[in-house]
This record gives sequence, structure tokens and C-alpha cells, in this order.
Amino acid sequence: MKYLKPYIRKFAMESVLAPLFKMLEAFFDLLVPMVVARIIDKGIPSGDSGYILGQCLILVGMAVLGLLCSFTAQYFAARAAVGTAAGLRRDLYARVNGMPCSVLDNVGTSTLITRLTSDINLVQNGVNMFLRLFLRSPFIVIGAVVMALRIDGAVGLVFILGVAVLSGIVGTVMMKTAPMYRNIQGDLDSVTRDARENLTGVRVVRAFGREEAEKEAFSRDNTALFNAQNLAGRVSALMNPLTYAVVNLCIIAILYMGAGKVDAGVMASGSVVALVNYMSQILVELVKLANLIVLISRAWAGLGRVSQVMDIDITVPMTPEGPAREGEAVSFEDVSVNYGGADNSLEGITFTVRRGETVGVIGSTGSGKTTLVNLIPRLYDASGGTVRLFGRDVTSIPTEEIRRTVAVVPQRSQLFRGTVRSNLLWGREDAGDEEMWQALRDAQAEEFVFQKGEGLDAPVEQGGRNLSGGQRQRLTIARALLAGAKILILDDASSALDYATDLKLRRALAKLKDTTVFLVSQRTGSLRDADRILVLDDGKLVGQGKHETLLETCPVYRQIHESQYRQGEDGGKDEE
Amino acid sequence: MGGKVNGNKRNTKIGKKVDRGTLKRLAAFVRPYLKYVVFSMTCAAVTSAAALLIPFFSGRAIDGMLGQGRVDMGRVGTALLLIGFCFALSSAAQQAMAMTNNRVTYSVSRDLRERIMDKFQRLPLSYLDTHPSGDLVSRLVSDVDALADGLLMGFTQLFTGVITIAGTLGIMLTMDLRIALAVVVLTPLGLFVAGFIASRTHRYFTAQAEVRGRETALINEMIEGEKVVRVFGHEEKAMAEFDGVNEELRRVSLKATFFSSLTNPSTRLVNNTVYAAVAFLSAMLCVDGSITVGAMSVFLSYASQYAKPFNEISGVVTELENALACAARVFALLDEEDQTAEDADAVSFEAEGTVEIENVDFAYVPDRPLITGFSLRVDKGKRIALVGPTGCGKTTLINLLMLFYDVDRGAIRVDGADIRHMTRRSLRHNYGMVLQETWLKTGTVRDNIAYVRPDASMDEVIAAARAAHCHSFIRRLPQGYDTVLGENGGSLSQGQKQLLCIARVMLSTPPMLILDEATSSIDTRTEVLIQEAFARLMKGRTSFIVAHRLSTIRDADSILVMRDGHIVEQGDHDMLIRKNGAYAELYQSQFSGVKT
Repeated sequence: MKYLKPYIRKFAMESVLAPLFKMLEAFFDLLVPMVVARIIDKGIPSGDSGYILGQCLILVGMAVLGLLCSFTAQYFAARAAVGTAAGLRRDLYARVNGMPCSVLDNVGTSTLITRLTSDINLVQNGVNMFLRLFLRSPFIVIGAVVMALRIDGAVGLVFILGVAVLSGIVGTVMMKTAPMYRNIQGDLDSVTRDARENLTGVRVVRAFGREEAEKEAFSRDNTALFNAQNLAGRVSALMNPLTYAVVNLCIIAILYMGAGKVDAGVMASGSVVALVNYMSQILVELVKLANLIVLISRAWAGLGRVSQVMDIDITVPMTPEGPAREGEAVSFEDVSVNYGGADNSLEGITFTVRRGETVGVIGSTGSGKTTLVNLIPRLYDASGGTVRLFGRDVTSIPTEEIRRTVAVVPQRSQLFRGTVRSNLLWGREDAGDEEMWQALRDAQAEEFVFQKGEGLDAPVEQGGRNLSGGQRQRLTIARALLAGAKILILDDASSALDYATDLKLRRALAKLKDTTVFLVSQRTGSLRDADRILVLDDGKLVGQGKHETLLETCPVYRQIHESQYRQGEDGGKDEE
Repeated sequence: MGGKVNGNKRNTKIGKKVDRGTLKRLAAFVRPYLKYVVFSMTCAAVTSAAALLIPFFSGRAIDGMLGQGRVDMGRVGTALLLIGFCFALSSAAQQAMAMTNNRVTYSVSRDLRERIMDKFQRLPLSYLDTHPSGDLVSRLVSDVDALADGLLMGFTQLFTGVITIAGTLGIMLTMDLRIALAVVVLTPLGLFVAGFIASRTHRYFTAQAEVRGRETALINEMIEGEKVVRVFGHEEKAMAEFDGVNEELRRVSLKATFFSSLTNPSTRLVNNTVYAAVAFLSAMLCVDGSITVGAMSVFLSYASQYAKPFNEISGVVTELENALACAARVFALLDEEDQTAEDADAVSFEAEGTVEIENVDFAYVPDRPLITGFSLRVDKGKRIALVGPTGCGKTTLINLLMLFYDVDRGAIRVDGADIRHMTRRSLRHNYGMVLQETWLKTGTVRDNIAYVRPDASMDEVIAAARAAHCHSFIRRLPQGYDTVLGENGGSLSQGQKQLLCIARVMLSTPPMLILDEATSSIDTRTEVLIQEAFARLMKGRTSFIVAHRLSTIRDADSILVMRDGHIVEQGDHDMLIRKNGAYAELYQSQFSGVKT
């Protein structure tokens, strides 16, 4: 609700005018039975056809006025609803945009997308219908009761009693079914997931001969859905017959009491007709109100899910700037990282890298290589210890400055819909064509981009689907090179390149004299020329130094190397 | 809205032709519940007939109230009793109908879903490989929903609607021809107005769906690429781009929402005008004395009700069309050919592990042969490595070995017996398979490792995890072995997922092993350790290994270098290096350093 407030304020005029005009329309609806009663009680007995025609023209006139009011109301309601949704969507997107990666990882991509799209659509729909109906329906219900009381006090009491019972029925059914519908949604999600998993994993399912087991598991979820649907259906099926019965009971009471009063001469038969009509109007509005409540409660749930994301704390803690240390590019001091498991993902990491060095990072799957390099541009925060960039604590440097200083080529090559040019410009906005071609050349991407004919304007589809894995990787490398940052991180960025291309790339990188380069790799061959290699094992730094030194002093490094180059068959020979 | 429009379009194309066949097929699914359907229809008839009579009787009651001292209490009383009887009957029938409809709808959709899931398990891989799984899932979920809802609810609504219209007309005609005609002629006007507005708003809805799609794509792209967005400080530009689309969406949404909301007030205007006309006509006839005030009240309440079933029916027709289109999609899926049936006398067996491939031809697309005249004999316990460029047929060979696809010509034999004469289940049981495309189920780490043998003890699971070298990272997960993994492994890295898939195979000990790029995302050191574990586990067992990494395959007993579906070289590592051919060339390229 707190996030809806600014928009209620912003669309205050619309939010008042829409229900107001809707109420006017309802007012005309309420007058109809009265006009009909006058025709019956005055026009017919006197046989005055002019009077009857006049009253009927009043009916038509009210219908036209009602239409105009309604149009106005719908317009204001739509404006407020659509405007609120657009604003909420913007707020939420801005929020997501400012989230630290650690938060985003926890929340998950697909749920953010549902919240930004379908949940906000629910809110839009809810606001729209709320503005249209929240005054109209109660107004008609109460108005009908008031009109009935004006015609006759005793019959009015029947109305009050009837409305109370009807509200009770609608309210109870809705309260009972709301959690049931949530369960159904959950069961449907399970059925969907089962189906998707069986399709994507069909080879594994069949290879392990698990078809029957999977069918049974599906059948269980499917039956759970069936039962949940039946249960909710049984309860909600009660609403219509019950309300219908109550309304008709009231109508019988009205007719019975009306007959007595007509006989006693205290009521005209036209009034009886009017009273019956009012009762029918109440029934129609109650059904609308019930639907509105469903819509509102779904919108409310949607708003709740939006608020959950908005409530997440995304402030990045900053520490005051301390004295900078000279000469070094990146240093880690007793750094540890914990993602919430029993063991730390990184523990007690300490090292210092001087400007212009090329640093290799190597280690087993899950040893913490990516975690380590992600700390440098402060994509994540260390749980303990200090990370320094050019001698300054990374938590004291403004984000924009870090971004200018560090360029990253992530493990998964991520490109965006547009052209080669638009993707490269992410690196540096004001880069010229010549600079882009140079970056492409260094990234070994010049040839394939050139071959595309459109060159820099060659289209790139969403996620770079129209490019091969190796091509994507080289474009992301070019993008990072173009940034001309002082620190360049390649997180296993050449895994899709063949050995020859990888070699050419490393030669091009070696020419960047002032840039400090971090190369994460699984191949010792790719790192043998590095100035310093960090060897990670289970989150600990178990060795650092040059290739030759590590071969002698670090058993883990030696094992990695030997797994790739057998003893007595040293790949080094090919180099000379 | 957009989806529905598409559905209708599709329907006009394929739907019309298959309508009859589809209906017949559908009837087969409804047949088990036929007695419920008949009962529901009866209830529908009863409830609408009874409901129709209520205004009629209340008119009769009003006719009994002529004025002071002239109220016929007997007549009013009878009418009230009849009203009471009618609403009780109508309510009861309505309740019974709703419960029965629910039962039929949910049962039919449950049955259809089970049938589709069963079909999924029997479809040949060639079908599943070429059809996007999203589309198949949506047939099982949304199409079945739309079908069950639309069709079964649609039919009862159509039925009650027709009865209501016919009943109303009948009663009005018997009461007064002139007013009945006025109502009959004027009411459809509302439908025209509604149709007119709907056709106008259609394009706004299409535009809204299009812009919404673009915005979703943008959001998707930016959130998926969040790290890149952060690293290059692209947040503000992303925001600006988002603002542009968002504003566009707001504008088009406003139009779509506003114009579509005009339908109800407009039809209400028409209905209210009809109401006024009926009021005038019937009042004048009352003055004549040709009808009573009670009759007038009956006409007025019918006039206000008469339009409703028309509006409903026009909605029902669209829904029915949509439902039939969905049904056609579901049946099209169910009609797909199953994988070739197993021989009636197919046998189960425990293999020793000798595999012979004899003169095999195979093509995914009939006129583009991929493998021709392929022969290979692998003795029990041998380790065969397959090497070659992408698309040379390595993975295809595995598809054939596992009977995921059938050979076009030739035969594959295990222990001398043609695999087509074995049950698929037992053949596959003799293989342990790890693929590059990792697949994990939603569930705990433990469930995933114990996928083949759900009854495995915790010790066995941990032993398998240790052998696959994933024990240490599993321990670092928030709940260890009980950590629930999201869809397809959730936040695990590719390498970690591969390790879990390997642990899964470690738990079963089949006589033959297929590793298709099974360690491609795992570092070489762990890979060596895993290979050692495999070697221990697989002692004396036959294995097929596909890999790009040459270090992975060096120890193989025989290396097959494939190109274009043929073997171009065959032999062990040393022999192929000495031969200095394709393999040697491939092997050398990985040993060059930066400094030349």
C-alpha cells in the first residue's frame, strides 16, 4: 500500500471523479423503478398518455445521462489505473536496476519478471475496477435499501435483513475459497514443472528407465490439482443458488407484505413493483461486487509481491575513505566470503598485484575463482577482510568510479539485442569506428564481423542467439577491451575458443602494458606467461607465483598441470 | 486478449476443418462422465425454466392487488407459493448443475493431462528434439484448461441461454404479440453496438500486447544480463530505454482500457432504451385494458433480462471456438506417432558389454544422410573415445546406441543380440549415461543423486557424491544434501551440475558407460580424479567417451576420429600421434604459448 500511495496522490482528481461519476450513473439507475412506479400508479389509472410518454422520455433521458457519466468515469478510471501501473513498473524496475548482484541472485530472475509484468497488470486491473465499482455497487445496494425505506418502513426492514444475509453469504464463500484458489495455483505450478522437466530431461528419464516413476509422480500432482479444484468448486458453487434463494425469499416477503398494505390502502401496486425491482437490482450488484472482491484480492496479492521486492534493502554500505597505498593495483587482505553455507566459499585470501601485471587464477570447479574476481569490481561484498583497488578500500570508492576502472568479461557471454556496434558501445559510449575495429581485432573478432557484410551494423539478436558461442565470447571480450579500463578481468572467457585463437588473443592482451589483467582459466597452458598465478583449492589460496615456481612448490598446481600435460611430455617444448 | 485473438485466427484456419472430428474425439473423453453430463443438462433445463417462471408468478401476484380492499389474498398466496416452489427448485438444480459441471470439467482435464503425459513418455526423441518444449507444456497446461472450461461450461451456458431465450419469447408471445415483437426487434441492437466497439478496440489490444511483449523482452534481457549491466555502468541507459517503452505502453494501454470499457455502458444504453419503449407500450396497453399491471411488470422484467443470454451466448461462441482450437492442438499431439513398438518377444537381459555396430546408415532428415556404412566392434571392457568436429556424428552415434533413434539400415548388437529385440528399458539399464546438457530435477540434492535408486541409503549417496568429487561443495550449500534445487539445478554452476549428474551415475553400476562431453565444464584436475573414480568403478566395463578435451581421451583403448559420419582414423593415442594425421594435428594445437 505504501508504494501505491504516491499514485493515489498523483491521480487524486481521477480517483475522486471516476467513482463520483459512477455514482451519478448509479443514481439514475436507482430512479428507474420510481419512474415506472409513477407510470403505474398515476399514468395508467388516469389514462393520461401524454404523462406516460413524458415519463418514458425521462427514462430515455436518464439512460443517455447515465451513459455520459459512465464514459467520463471509465476514462478517469482507466487513466488512473494505467498511470499507476506505469509508475509502479518504473519504480520497481529502477529498484531492480539498483540491486546488488547478491540480492538479485537470491531473488531470482523469473520471479522479478513476473512481478514486473503480470503482477503489475493485476494491480492495474484491480485499480481500474475498484475505481469503477467500489462506490457504485454499495451505493446501489444502500440506495435500494433507502428507497425501500422511503416507500415503506416495514418492507425496508426486509431489505436490510436481506442485504445483511446476502453479504454474509458472499463474504463467507469468498473467505473460504480465497486460500483454496491459492492452493490450486500452487498445484498447477507443480503440474507445469513436472511437464517441463519431463520434456527437457527426456533423455535422462529414458536412459534410467524412469518413465513409469515419472508418470506416477505426475499423476500424484495431477490428482492433487484435481482434488483442490473440486474442493474450491464445491464451495464456490454454493454462492449463486444461495444468494438467488435469499433474494427470492425477500421478494416473496415483499409481495406478501405489499399485498396486505395495498389491501389496507397504504401502498399502491406500482410501489410493490418498484420494491421487487429494487430487490432484483441488489442481486445484480452483489454478483458484481463479489467479482470485484476477487479482482481486488488478486490485485492486492500482486501488490504484496511487488512490495516484497520494493522492501528489499538495496543500499550499498560505504566506508569513509582511508589513506591510499601506493604502487599496487589490487590487493586482498584476509578476505573471506560466505554464501550462507556451512563452509566459507573463500577463506583468508591475501595477495597483492602490482600495476600492469597479468594475473592468472586457476583452481577446481567450485574452488571460488569467480567469487574472487567478482569481489574486485564490487559485484559482491566480502564477508570479512578488505579488498583494495589502487590502494583504496573498495567499499569507499563510488560505484561509478569502480565501473570506470574495472572491465569484466563474464563467464557467460551476455549480449543484447541490437547491433555489433550497439553492443560494443556498452564499453565506451563515445568510441569511434576505428577504435571499435581495433578492439575487435584484439579480441580476434574482426574477421567474422567483417564477413557479416554489414560490419559493425550487423544485427545481434536477444542474448546473441544468432552468433556461435565462440563468436559471442569474442564480442564480449572486444566490448571490455574498448572500455580501456585499468583493470581487465576475463572470467574463463576463452573456453569456447580453440587453442589457436586463444593463443592469438593472449598475445594481443600481452601488448596492453598499463592494464592489469586477471585471467581466470582452467588451462595451465593459458597461464604460463602470467606474472603471477593464484591457485585456489576449496576456497583457499594454496599457492601463488609464476608457472615454473608453482610447478615445483604447489602440489595442486602441479596436479592440474599434469592432468593436462603428462610428465615427460612437457608441452613447453613446443614453445621454443 | 492477444492470445485469444491468435487462438481464434488459428481456429478459422485449421479449426473449421477438424471441428467435427475434434468433437467426436472429445466425446470419447466425456463418455465416462456421460451420465453426469445428461444430469447437468437436465438441471440446466430445470433451473432456467423455473427461474423464468418467477417474474411471471410475481406478475400474477401483483394482478391480485387491485387497490384498497380489492386484494385477492388467495390469488396472491397461490402465486407466492408457486414462486417459492420455483426458486427452491431453481436453486437446487443450479447447485446440482454447478457441482456436476465441476466434476466433469476437472475429471476430463485430469484425464487429458494424464494422457498427454503418457504420450510424452512414448513420443520418439525425433519428435521431442524438433518441437519446443514450451509449446508442448502449454498444450498440457493452458490448452487443456481452456478446452475443459470453454467446452463444458460453454455448452451448459449455451443450453441455458437458448432455453431462457426460447422460454422468455414463448411467455411474452402468449401474453402480448406487439410488445414481444418490440423486444425481439430492439434487443439485438445492443449486440451490434457491442460488436462494433469490440472490433474497434481490437487493434488497441493487439498494439498493447505487442508493446507489452517488447517491454517484457527488454526487462528479461536486462535482468538476465545484470552483471554486465552493472560492470559497464549501463543502469541509467537501461532505465532510459525502459522509460521509453513504458510510456508507450501506458499510452496504448489507456486507449485499450478506455475503449474496451465503453462496451458495457453502450449496451446498457440500448437495453435501457428498450426498457423505456416496453414501459411505454405496456403502459398504453394497460390504459386500454388489454393487459394488466402485473403483465406489465412481467414484460419489464423480461425486457431487462432478455438481453443477457444474448450477450452471454456471443461470449460463449468465441469461447467454444477457442476451446475447439485448443482441443485440436491437444489431439494433434496425441495423434503423433509413438516411438516404434518393441517386439512382442523383446527380452530383458544383463549385458556383458560387447557392442557391435554393423554397416549402419542413419539420417535425421531423409535426404541428408549423416552416417553411412558405419561399422565398429567394441569388446567387453574397452574404452572408446570419439573425437571430431561439431556435427560429425558423435552424439548421433550415442542416440543410436541408446535406441533414442532407430537405425535406418544395418544393426547394432550387444553381446551378439540385435538391440531391437531387447526391451528399451533393459537395454538402457545396461548403460550409464552422462550428457553435456545437464538435467536435474526440482528436489533435494539427495533426491537428484538417488534418482535411479530412490531407495539408496544416505551412506551410498554420500559415497557416490565423494566419488564424483561433489561432496565438498554440497557441504557448503545452505542445507547440505537436503538443499532443494530449483528448476534445472537452480543457482549451481554448470560444473557443479555436471558433478551431480556424474554422482547420479556413480550410484548405479551399469556394465556400459556413455559420457558425452560429461566433464566439459569441470576443471581438468577434478576431471582426472573423476576419471580415476570411473576407472575403479567401471573396471571391466565398456565405455564410450565423447570429448573435445584431448587430455580426457588420451587413455582410451581406441580413439575414433570422425568426420562427416565416417571414421577417418582409428587407433590408440601413441599410434595416432605417430601417424601424424588428423588426430596429431588436433592434439598439437593445444600446446602453443604466447611467446613464439
